[in-house]
Amino acid sequence: MTDQSYNFAYLDEQTKRMIRRAILKGIAVPGYQVPFASREMPMPYGWGTGGVQVTAACLVPEDRLKVIDQGADDTTNAVSIRKFFARTAGVATTERTDEATVIQTRHRIPETPLTPDQILVYQVPIPEPLRFLEPRESETRKMHELEEYGLMHVKLYEDIARHGQIATSYAYPVRVEGRYVMDPSPIPKFDNPKLSGCPAIQLFGAGREQRIYALPPWTEVVSLDFDDHPFEASKAAHDCDLCGAGHSYLDEVITDDQGTRMFVCSDTDFCAGRREAGHQGRLWASQPEAAE
Amino acid sequence: MIADMLSGGFTDAPVQSARAFREILEAMARPGTIRRVEGALPPAPLSVAAGVTLLTLCDATTPLHLAGRCGAQAVKDWIAFHIGAPLFDAPDADFALGHWADLQPVNRFRIGQPDYPDRSATLIVERDVLSDDGPALTGPGIQLRTHLNLPEVQAFHANRALFPLGFDTIFTAGNQIACLPRSTRVEVI
Repeated sequence: MTDQSYNFAYLDEQTKRMIRRAILKGIAVPGYQVPFASREMPMPYGWGTGGVQVTAACLVPEDRLKVIDQGADDTTNAVSIRKFFARTAGVATTERTDEATVIQTRHRIPETPLTPDQILVYQVPIPEPLRFLEPRESETRKMHELEEYGLMHVKLYEDIARHGQIATSYAYPVRVEGRYVMDPSPIPKFDNPKLSGCPAIQLFGAGREQRIYALPPWTEVVSLDFDDHPFEASKAAHDCDLCGAGHSYLDEVITDDQGTRMFVCSDTDFCAGRREAGHQGRLWASQPEAAE
Repeated sequence: MIADMLSGGFTDAPVQSARAFREILEAMARPGTIRRVEGALPPAPLSVAAGVTLLTLCDATTPLHLAGRCGAQAVKDWIAFHIGAPLFDAPDADFALGHWADLQPVNRFRIGQPDYPDRSATLIVERDVLSDDGPALTGPGIQLRTHLNLPEVQAFHANRALFPLGFDTIFTAGNQIACLPRSTRVEVI
């Protein structure tokens, strides 16, 4: 039921037009961060104000919205954003990746492969991949203009010199279509390969930093690396303790004060779907109620 | 006359513009694919798709250039009432609307700046018909290749050579739209 006190999808029409124009320019120049006049939203910065504005500009009443936070559908951020759009746009919501038409995500790409009928909206805290290397916007803008990305390779090299490997494990920088270096938002680098050749439209919104950028479908996205230190999509060397998946990204959960731990899929929908299909992990199988 | 000017806009702007934008987004993200839009009835000679595109993307903050027949007084009145976009000459426009011949030379339009490539024009080009027979298109948004009947090839070659600068193009015919962003490579014929 739409709350009639609000315009469809909360934002006013002029704001949505402004965001829509920025999204189209972002699509036309993949990986380039388009400035936009980010609005205050009824949630604090850092809770997905950029993603929410992009989602609001894209939603149609027929959509089925899924919101995930670190892969989970049932965390505070995900639940409140889902309820926000159920109330202000009247859209249906779902927790199932394969049923969703728009998926707003904080820091994960779903394990279930996306389809051409879906749009993935990322919440982005710091859109500028060079920001921690060069704090001045005037300079990073010039570096993008001149394709001067040597500093980023120096940073990755210093990782190798110090740790013996590239220690960057999330927000791992990528190069889009051989032109712009882009921050894929703080997704684990395990997810980086899914950015490239994705059949879905991928949109990135950074509310506080007032930037929107985009990857059209089938865009080539390459994680930066070196010939002798190739990129590796790493994950914890375990299987999920609930569903037994050996190829999904895992969260480590401390279960007592004796150092006991378990590893579970970060993608809750993927994990639950596998369990429904009869897969059992190490700990799930030992549960008395699950064994019956 | 007044009635024509006042009618033909969206009757439910939030929802109609949302649906229209989704089609434009899909068209821009998948260059060469033809999508359908609805909801506007602009005065002749504007197509439904051109009217919908204007209503969805343009407002009082977007300088608009009307070329050739699209600059008819009826069109100007309709835009003034429904959209309010200020009318500008080609070099200063964010959006330009016209038939391909009337938009020439297209190198008048803004292509953005090296540090702000987004500050470029979007051309809304009226066509008689959109079809998938034409030069092959490749690039971001295209898995293998698509085809679109472009009005010419040379101008889009020159535009692609400017990447990441360049203008972006939305083709409209009847209720159909197709897009050619600057990132798309057009096959040489």
